[in-house]
Amino acid sequence: MPATIETPKPDFTHTPSRDGDRVIQFREALREALSEEMRKDPRIFLMGEEVAQYNGAYKVSQGMLDEFGPERIIDTPISENGFAGLGIGAAMYGLRPVIEFMSWSFSLVAADQILNNAPKMLYMSGGQWGCPIVFRGNDGAGGQLGSTHSWCIEALYSNVPGLKMAIPSCPYDAKGLLKTSLLDDDPVFFLESERMLGDKAHVPEEEYYIPFGKAALRREGSDCTVVSFGRPVHFCLDAAEELAKEGMNCDVLDMRTVRPLDLDAIIESIRKTNRIVVVDQSWPFASVASEVITQVCEHGFDWLDAPPVRVNSDDVPTPYAKELEAAYLPNAHKIAQAVRTACGRA
Amino acid sequence: MSMTTTDPGVNRPSAALADDILLGWLRKMLLIREFEIRTMAAYQQAKIGGFCHIYNGQEAVVTGTFAAINDDDPIITAYRDHGHALARGMDPRHCMAEMYGRVSGCAKGKGGSMHMFDKPNWLFGGHGIVGAQTPVGAGLAFGAKYTHEVLKRGPKKVCLCFLGDGAINQGAFHEAMNLAGLFSIPVIYIIENNGYSMGTAIHRGTTMHDKLYKKAEANAIEPIEIDGMDVLNVYDKFKPYADMLREEQRPGFVDLKTYRYQGHSMSDPQKYRTKEEVGEYQDRDPINSLAHHVLSQRECLTEDEFKALQKEVKAQVKEAVAFAEADPAPDPEAELYSDVYANPQPNLSPIRDYVEGAKNPLL
Ligand SMILES: Cc1ncc(C[n+]2csc(CCOP(=O)(O)OP(=O)(O)O)c2C)c(N)n1
Ligand SMILES: [Mg+2]
Repeated sequence: MPATIETPKPDFTHTPSRDGDRVIQFREALREALSEEMRKDPRIFLMGEEVAQYNGAYKVSQGMLDEFGPERIIDTPISENGFAGLGIGAAMYGLRPVIEFMSWSFSLVAADQILNNAPKMLYMSGGQWGCPIVFRGNDGAGGQLGSTHSWCIEALYSNVPGLKMAIPSCPYDAKGLLKTSLLDDDPVFFLESERMLGDKAHVPEEEYYIPFGKAALRREGSDCTVVSFGRPVHFCLDAAEELAKEGMNCDVLDMRTVRPLDLDAIIESIRKTNRIVVVDQSWPFASVASEVITQVCEHGFDWLDAPPVRVNSDDVPTPYAKELEAAYLPNAHKIAQAVRTACGRA
Repeated sequence: MSMTTTDPGVNRPSAALADDILLGWLRKMLLIREFEIRTMAAYQQAKIGGFCHIYNGQEAVVTGTFAAINDDDPIITAYRDHGHALARGMDPRHCMAEMYGRVSGCAKGKGGSMHMFDKPNWLFGGHGIVGAQTPVGAGLAFGAKYTHEVLKRGPKKVCLCFLGDGAINQGAFHEAMNLAGLFSIPVIYIIENNGYSMGTAIHRGTTMHDKLYKKAEANAIEPIEIDGMDVLNVYDKFKPYADMLREEQRPGFVDLKTYRYQGHSMSDPQKYRTKEEVGEYQDRDPINSLAHHVLSQRECLTEDEFKALQKEVKAQVKEAVAFAEADPAPDPEAELYSDVYANPQPNLSPIRDYVEGAKNPLL
């Protein structure tokens, strides 16, 4: 029988301060998470297009080839279905692969492997073979890349049971959530954003882990609950700032993971605010926002004083022209307007 | 009994094998054949559901190739997988119970006929999507090589990844071959070339169908062709090939020519081929050939012993069916929401919390 090495459980009790002056980029925080865990666990390897010699298409893995060598930082051909499947086999065998998609948009050609194999293996084998693997890459509009390259896969992929999904909004969370992903025994879909990789903030040098399914309250207010994931969290904070000038104060919840979804934090907030706006970058039909609102209606209907409002990308393929793309994406203005609607002040 | 054979193949690897090993092969092939006969009967009685693909005619493929590798080499295959499970050592009771959708099935009734998994015997499935197992097979071999070379644990291994001739045309397979060739991964792709993918004869769907090996060569993989109707031949050709690939830790490709006697699945009127064609292959039946060899050439089995062996196998399969019949269906309360996550946690689903599953009967 194949032997399985025990992976340590992440220590969630150590929560270093978010404030400090060790300011690094989002991509460096990701690299730090990967490198720290790779130093401890030789079963972890990173595989993807341009991750090694080119130092990463987006420089997330810069310098990692030098530290870990070509056995563990592995360049692939442009062959997503192949190397995603290879990672799945390696994970079943007992390794801990990290598969980088240059963009989640390109993961669609690997859909069979990542959706039909990774999340279902444990169930189909009656608990015999799990699939501890991290798929990661850029998600969402990178800036005038047009429709094929601007996918937000969170709605489509989170439909599938058996996977977990994390979407960090800041460097601190990027490190803590990725480290947790690397210790998890299930397939984790980790969504980064090309538009945030250069964002800078304090990231503690020490090790820490952020639990899945625990939202972070980024701003407090009692008039409306604003829920989001990843990059749009920043738009929500901008909107809240604007609304505060009008005397409307928002709770802004950064959900951090889609699956699991911290419904408890949302309910706790709407018990206070009685109103909710959900912001996500996917298209509105059967979106993450649809799911959040459904769950809120199922479990928190009595606390609502107004219909929930969602803010999504517009329901069209992502356009190229700057003005059209700007009109299409969620932004602070649209979110503020949605809050006014939810609060009956539109 | 001694090896007083006049077989021209005295220098063949199989000639050096003890009688017991060959008799073990015969038993294995009889078991698979008998198991499939019972499977068809149970399917016709609607005891088994879904898609069900019968292995009759192809027994020499798994028997001969498995004999040439080690028990801890990883194996992965497609949906025509009952033979692989049994040949690898799965108890026929758990295999049958799986098809019955019962809780003592190898996947507790969550996989079915097409998805046989056996961790103790290093069988990584049964995969229902044509070709989907081929990149995963490369990954298993990659995992074994990485474990040996980077983690400095475990021996040199090969992974046998089986696929049908129809699966050759899946993009996934071409990506997998390129990766295997590029990274020198010790995965051996075994094409169970039975000449048909459902009703499509190979020449109607596949370019260079009589030179499939060229597709391997295009990916820097050194291929071989083997006639798969004779288990001794399979072993003799495959054993040195697999040994070489294991030693040199590089990939392989076997165009293993075989034939399925039954329809593609249990619902196939077989209008695409003639009875005569089926008969031609049945005349070269792999079980008869081996039986003839041990009875008349090696003379290590008597007619009476052969009859007793057949009887014993029949009884074993009958018992497996009785086991499946008596085995309870999985309890939805316990099993529906288990084995979805290895690390279940709250709020993963809006419907219900996931739980840890009951221990798998094979573990
Ligand atoms: C991606 C995909 N397409 C179609 C099918 C339906 N299907 C199942 S088996 C099969 C034929 C495959 O033939 P081959 O690979 O030669 O294997 P064999 O059945 O002969 O063992 C088809 C078309 C499938 N399971 N998966
Ligand atoms: Mg075929």
